[in-house]
Amino acid sequence: MAEDMIGASIRRTEDFRFLTGQGHYLDDINRPNQVHAYFLRSPHAHAKIRSIDTAAAQSAPGVVAVFTGADIAADKVGGLICGWVVTDRHGQPHKAPPHPPLAQDTVRYVGDHVAVVIAESVAQARDAAELIEVDYEMLPAVVDTAKALDPDTPQLHADAPGNLCFDWELGDKAAVDAAFAKAHHVTRLDLVNNRLIPNAMEPRAAIGEYDGGADSYTCYSTSQNPHLLRLILCAFVLGVPEHKMRVVAPDVGGGFGSKIFCYAEEVVCTWAAKKVKRPVKWTAERGESFLSDAHGRDHVTHAELAMDESGKFLALKVDTIAGMGAYLSTFATCVPTYLHATLLAGQYATPAIHANVKAVFTNTAPVDAYRGAGRPEATYLIERIVECAARELRIDPAELRRRNFIRPDQFPYQTPVALVYDTGDYEAALDEALKMADYAGFAARKAESTKHGKLRGIGLSAYIEACGIAPSAVVGSLGAGVGLWESGQIRFSPTGTVSIFTGSHSHGQSHETTFAQLISDALGVPMEKIDVVHGDTDRIPFGMGTYGSRSLAVGGSALMRAADKIIEKGKKIAAHLMEASVGDIEYSKGTFRVAGTDRTKSMAEVAFAAYVPHNYPADLEPGLDETAFYDPANFTYPAGVHIAEVEVDPDTGLVDIVNWVAVDDFGKVINPMVVEGQVHGGIAQGIGQALLENCVYDKESGQLVTGSYMDYCMPRADDLPSFKVGMTETPCTHNPIGAKGCGEAGAIAAPPALINAITDAIGIMHMEMPATPEKVWQAIRQTRPAAAAE
Amino acid sequence: MHNFEYHRPTSVADAVQSLKGAEDGKILAGGMTLIPTLKQRLAAPSDLIDLGAIAELKGIKDEGGMITIGAATPHAMVAESEVVRRVIPALADLAEGIGDPQVRNRGTIGGSIANSDPAADYPAALVGLDATVQTDRRRIKADDFFKGLFETALEEDEIVTAVSFPKPEKACYAKFPNPASRYAMVGVMVARAGGAVRVAVTGAGPCVFRLPEMEQALSGNFSPDAIKGIEISADGLNSDIHGSAAYRAHLVSVMARRAVTDCA
Repeated sequence: MAEDMIGASIRRTEDFRFLTGQGHYLDDINRPNQVHAYFLRSPHAHAKIRSIDTAAAQSAPGVVAVFTGADIAADKVGGLICGWVVTDRHGQPHKAPPHPPLAQDTVRYVGDHVAVVIAESVAQARDAAELIEVDYEMLPAVVDTAKALDPDTPQLHADAPGNLCFDWELGDKAAVDAAFAKAHHVTRLDLVNNRLIPNAMEPRAAIGEYDGGADSYTCYSTSQNPHLLRLILCAFVLGVPEHKMRVVAPDVGGGFGSKIFCYAEEVVCTWAAKKVKRPVKWTAERGESFLSDAHGRDHVTHAELAMDESGKFLALKVDTIAGMGAYLSTFATCVPTYLHATLLAGQYATPAIHANVKAVFTNTAPVDAYRGAGRPEATYLIERIVECAARELRIDPAELRRRNFIRPDQFPYQTPVALVYDTGDYEAALDEALKMADYAGFAARKAESTKHGKLRGIGLSAYIEACGIAPSAVVGSLGAGVGLWESGQIRFSPTGTVSIFTGSHSHGQSHETTFAQLISDALGVPMEKIDVVHGDTDRIPFGMGTYGSRSLAVGGSALMRAADKIIEKGKKIAAHLMEASVGDIEYSKGTFRVAGTDRTKSMAEVAFAAYVPHNYPADLEPGLDETAFYDPANFTYPAGVHIAEVEVDPDTGLVDIVNWVAVDDFGKVINPMVVEGQVHGGIAQGIGQALLENCVYDKESGQLVTGSYMDYCMPRADDLPSFKVGMTETPCTHNPIGAKGCGEAGAIAAPPALINAITDAIGIMHMEMPATPEKVWQAIRQTRPAAAAE
Repeated sequence: MHNFEYHRPTSVADAVQSLKGAEDGKILAGGMTLIPTLKQRLAAPSDLIDLGAIAELKGIKDEGGMITIGAATPHAMVAESEVVRRVIPALADLAEGIGDPQVRNRGTIGGSIANSDPAADYPAALVGLDATVQTDRRRIKADDFFKGLFETALEEDEIVTAVSFPKPEKACYAKFPNPASRYAMVGVMVARAGGAVRVAVTGAGPCVFRLPEMEQALSGNFSPDAIKGIEISADGLNSDIHGSAAYRAHLVSVMARRAVTDCA
C-alpha cells in the first residue's frame, strides 16, 4: 500500500447498503413459523396487582399463549440484574430489589411489564391484550428524584428503605473542608441534569427461537453487546448453558447506550420460544420505546467551588441525588458513581474534591447509560460552576479556565478522584477554539446584536471524559461484574482477502470503515479485500461490545495486536520462502523484505503459502488466522473546548445558535470524516438536552407526559447551526493506536457551552435545561422587565 | 388499529350516503390526525369513508372574486398554487408552514378545519380572511364554523366540500411553532379588506378566536404601534409543558405585531 490509510477521510463502506435501503435490521428478520408477542404494560405508576384474568385473551382468535408473572415464577426465570455492585460509604453493597421480567404482584412505573400475549399476528396479540382484566389496587407514587428521599414519600421496595439504593462517596472530605475554610471566595450552584429519553432511530426488537433437537436457543436482539447479553441471559436469567445460546445483533439503528442493557422483552421472547415451540418476535412501537427504553441523566445536584484570591480552584464539593428509576438497569449504578464523580476534576488542577452521590428509586422507567453516561453530568456541573465563578469574580471565563488547567508538564496527572490522566494539552485546544470562534471579536458582535434588539451571548465548555473503557482490574476492584477488554480476530483466506472479526458492535459508529482502514494500513491489504464481521456470537470471538467511546481504543487495539501476530507469523513464512533467517526479515505495509536486499514477498504470497503449504516451515502451523484480546492499561482521556454563541429574541425567548466551535483532542484519528460525523451527532444530542429535550412525568399521576414526539422535542436539522470542528492531538500514551475515542464528546461538551452562552446573553447566573423559549422569556422578563414587556 | 369497513366513493353524494348508512362512520380525508388516532386505538369507527377518489373535492379556482379551494386539496398544493401565491400570499405561506413535507402532501384543508384542532393553522386563515365553508348542503361563515375544542358547526353526516376566501388587500400570518410538534403554539392571521381588519388567533386557546380590540385599533391605524399597548388576557388560554397561558397571551401580542409589520 503506497498511500497512508491512517488519517484519510475514506468514504464509509457501510453507506451503500444503508442509503440504498439494503441494511438488514432486526425487524427485517422473520423466522419460519414465527409468532408475535405483545406486552401488556402497566397504565399506573404504582399499583398492586390483585388479580389478572387472562381467560378471554387465551381464547381470542389467533392467540397461542398468554403468560403472566406467575408463569415466569413457576418456571423459575431469574430477574434482570445490575452488573455493577457499588459499595456505599458504610461498606454495604447497593440495594438491588428484584426486577422480574413480568411483574409479580406490583407494578412500579407506567410501562412496567404485566403480561405477554403471543399470537399469529401482532394485531391479534394486541386485540387479545385488551381482553386481559387486571385488577389493580392503586398505590401512591413518587416520580420526582429530588423528593424520593423525603420522609413521607411513597416507598417502592421493601428492601430499599427510604427509596435509597446507595449513599456513596469519593474523595477526601477533610481536605475539602479545610480548603473551604481558607477560601477567598466560594461559588455555589444548584442544578438539575434533566432526564432524557434516548430515541434511537430503530426501536428495540427481539426474536427468541428454540431448537428442540439441539436443545439450543437463538436470540436476535438490537443489542450493542451480543456476548454480554448472552452472558446475562444464560448465567443470570434463564439458566441456559452459554454454549446453547446464540445472540445475533444485526444492523442496529442507533443505541446511544440504551441498547447495552438486558431488557425484559428479549428475556420473555427467548423463554417463551421454548414454551410455545415457535420463534417469538417483538418489535417496540415508538410509544413503547418512550415508556420502556432505559432513560438517561436525571441528577439533582448541589455544588460548591472554593477559590483563592487569584481565582485558583482550591476545592470542589458535590452532592448529587441520582434517579435510578423503578428498578436497577444493567449498569445503572456505575453511571452516577465511577463514570461521574471520578471526572469531577475536569481539566483542572483542583487539589481537593469530594462527591456524595445518593441513588434513589422513583416510579419511573429505569435510568442507565446514555451517550456520555455520567461524564456529561460531571462536565455540566463543572463547566457551569466555573462559569458562575468567573462571573462572580469578574474574570474572563477563558482566563479563569486557563489559570486552573492541568499543565502539559504535569502529565501523567493523578486527580484527587482516582483517575490518572495520561496526556493532554488543554491550553492548546482553548487557544485554537478562541481563535476559531473569534472570541476577541465577540464584543463588537454583541453591540451589533443589541442594535437590532437581540441579546447575544457566548459560552465555553472545557470538557474531559474517561473513555476506552476500561482496565479490567480497575473496574473489577470497583464492583464491575465483568472485565472490559476487547477481542479481535484477523482471518486471511488463501486468495489474500481478509475477514476481521471484532467484539465491538457497530450501530452507527462506522467500524466497518475504520477497522478496515486500520488493518488495511497495518497489513497492506486493500480496503475492498477486507470485511468486518460483528454482532453474532456464533461468528466472533467473545467480545464486550460498544459503549463508552471504546471501540477504536480497545477493540481497535485488539485488532492491532492480532495484526502483530499475523506479521510475526508472516515473517517466519517469508523467511522460509526467501531462504533467509527470520531475524533478517523486515516488515512494512504488506511487504516482507530480507534486510538490505531487494528480495521481497507480499502479504498475499505469504497468505497463499500459509494455506497451500507445499513449501513451508516444518515447525509452523498452516493458516493465517490470529486472535488477540486487549485489556487497556488505563482509561483514555479525550478532551477539548467547545464554544457556543447565541442570539436571543427578547420578545419570544427563542434562542438562535449563531456559531458553534468544537476543538477536540481525540489522540490519533484514523478517519477524520467519520470522527467529525461523530462530533456532529454528539453536539446535536447535547444541544437537544440543553435546548429541547426533557422527559416529564406528571407529578400527580406518574404518567409519562412526554410520551411522543408531539411533546418530547427531538433536535431537528433547522435547530442546529453549522459546526466548525477543529482538532488538536496528543496521542494516547498506552494503546498501540494512540486513539482516545470520540463518540460521546459532543454530547458531553455541548450542554454547558450552550447554557453558558444563553445565561451570558440574558445576564443571569443559571437556567435549568432545557432552555425552552418560555423559560428564557421569563428569565428576561425578571432581569430586564422593560425589554420583555415590549 | 381495530377493523373497519372501508369505502372509497367517487362522488360527494355517495360519500354522504355511505356516511348515513354507517353505524359509526368517520370521514377519512388526509388522515393526518385520524390514522394515528386509529393506530393508538383511541377511536374505533365502524366505517371509514375515504374522500381521496372524489375528483370534485380537489383543486383551486379563482372565480367570482373568491379563491375557492376544494376540501380534499392538500396543503402542498395550496402552498405551491400560483394563484394563491399571487392573490393571498399569506394563505400560501401558512400552508407551507404546516407540518412537514409528508403532512403537507397528505393533509387537506377540509380535514384540518373539520377537526378544529386548537393548534392547527387553517382555522386562523379561515377566520382571519373571513372565509366561507361550503358543505354538501349549505354555506357556513368561518366565524360560525369553529365552535370549540375539536368542535365545529358540522352536522354528524355533513361533509365539507370547499372553502372560499375573499381577496384581502393585505394579509399576513405569523406563527410561533411548538418546538416539539411544530403545531402553532400561537398563530395570528391579520388581514385587511375593505377598510375592515380581522385578527384571528389559533394555538393560544381551545379554539380559534378573534381580537376585536386589536381589529378596531388597526382599522384606524394599520401599524404595529397601534396595538402595542393592548393587553391580552391569559384567562382561558391553553397551558401545557411547552407554554403557560401567560406566555401564550404574550406571544399573541408579539405575533400580531409581527404579522402587521410583515404586511407593510
